[in-house]
Amino acid sequence: MLRRWLKANALLAPTGVWLGIFLIAPLVVVVEFSFATRDTGVARAVLPWTTQAYLTALDPAFLPIFGRALVYAVATTAACLLLGFPLAWFIARHGGRYRTALLAAVLIPFWSSYLARIYAWKALLDGEGLVNTVLGWVGLGRDGGFLLTHGAVVLGLTYGFLPFMVLPLYVACERFDVRLVEASYDLGHGRVSTFFRVVLPGVMTGVLAGSLLVLVPAAGDFVTPKLLGGVGQSTFGSVIDDQFRGGNNWPLGSAMAVLLLVLVVLVLVLRGRRGEDVL
Amino acid sequence: MNRRPWVLGAVVTAVFLFLYAPIAWLAIASFNSSRSLSRISGFSLQWYAELADDTRVFDSLRLTLQLALASAVISTVIGTLAAFGLRRAFAGRGLWTVLLSLPLVVPEVVMGVAMLGFFVKLAGVPLGFGALLFAHVAFSLSFVVVVVRSRVSGMDVRMEEAAADLGASPFVAFRTVTLPLVAPAVVAGAAFAFLLSFDDVVISSYLTGVGSTTLPVFVYAQASKRGISPEIVALSTLMVTATALLLIIGVVIASWRASAGSRVTSR
Repeated sequence: MLRRWLKANALLAPTGVWLGIFLIAPLVVVVEFSFATRDTGVARAVLPWTTQAYLTALDPAFLPIFGRALVYAVATTAACLLLGFPLAWFIARHGGRYRTALLAAVLIPFWSSYLARIYAWKALLDGEGLVNTVLGWVGLGRDGGFLLTHGAVVLGLTYGFLPFMVLPLYVACERFDVRLVEASYDLGHGRVSTFFRVVLPGVMTGVLAGSLLVLVPAAGDFVTPKLLGGVGQSTFGSVIDDQFRGGNNWPLGSAMAVLLLVLVVLVLVLRGRRGEDVL
Repeated sequence: MNRRPWVLGAVVTAVFLFLYAPIAWLAIASFNSSRSLSRISGFSLQWYAELADDTRVFDSLRLTLQLALASAVISTVIGTLAAFGLRRAFAGRGLWTVLLSLPLVVPEVVMGVAMLGFFVKLAGVPLGFGALLFAHVAFSLSFVVVVVRSRVSGMDVRMEEAAADLGASPFVAFRTVTLPLVAPAVVAGAAFAFLLSFDDVVISSYLTGVGSTTLPVFVYAQASKRGISPEIVALSTLMVTATALLLIIGVVIASWRASAGSRVTSR
């Protein structure tokens, strides 16, 4: 028993050391910074300790920004689920010998530059872009195109995070025993009832793991909202970024980062142990 | 069970269209004769020609490739070890799982500013390749662990026990039985780690130093000034084409080996 424990920890030790130094320690420092007094011009925040940064961060003026980031994140997660589930189910259940190839085909577009993809959407969505032109033929066009709308931001985020939803969903769908569906039909359940009572609970671990991988990172993303939503679309991430890059108010940026970390912890706690083996 | 499989097929086709539309558009725009990405005015190869002449792009491309390769190697090695460490239940496994899920869920901007604050300003690691490598391994590791672990946990322990019963030493059993079984997942994990490092904008943007700008950061800086340059569109097109070709070759080889393998065993 002890031997097994030692062996497991020995194998995990390099990962633990690396994450301890290069991830955990930095996150602890962010918490420390968030209680520091603002120190103009110099990067290093100094004493005395204060909660001023949190009072500023929780100012009602920032509420619309946080709200927008959360709405974007939830909408993105929902859209990724709606698109990702049929895809994952199809590949896992009907992919046959091409399963790996199909899964790889989902990832191929992501070998192009992330920024190039966002700019491609920008070009497709703007006033004279393809989407507006085609929709114009059927009378659904829009003056100035679809750029700088909330929809464009959610579309861009969904595009960027979809693989992170598809992979865990795929694992869950592959493990799911399809005979349960037949049993449900035999027992007189319809399609809708079977989906909600049998399929969904069966792949719930994948749904939770995928949502976890999409929700919080999407809430913190600022490049996509900036490029597809325009300058008026500040989000959680862009406000943090501003404090560290331009505004030079590290304590305020840190306090906001800590608020995002609280969201991370909240989501992890809510998930509990479910889906641990998928993620 | 699928009484109407064409509905599912149609949805899946639509999702694949959604995934490939921007890529297809990038490929078309890379041959555009004007700078515009949204209006195609004619055919030309000038962006590919300019790309071939642009030393700045190639310098940052080389740095980005070196970084992604180093990061993928390190995170694959230690991540694979970790995945084996999590194979059997032991006290504290839950805690390790939580630690490993952190890099997956903490937003990039938070990791970026935290790393900038800690190991650049406090620990004195200079901005540049070293700082980038530490960071890239830190955020790629968990993905490797997740991918390899899914394969390791699905593996039949009796295979290795059989090898041991037949007289194989632990090392030989690992090399001839365990490793070939997990190899596909290790390759997938390495590819994932490479991709994550190669495409990272946000975290890298806090950690690049003078003369060590990665390609995505270079593109981001350029793009925020005057839009994305058609050269980058050309480069992206080349990269996706190369990846797709590699994948097709891989699938062909894998299916050829599978059919050769089944012929041997059926004999």
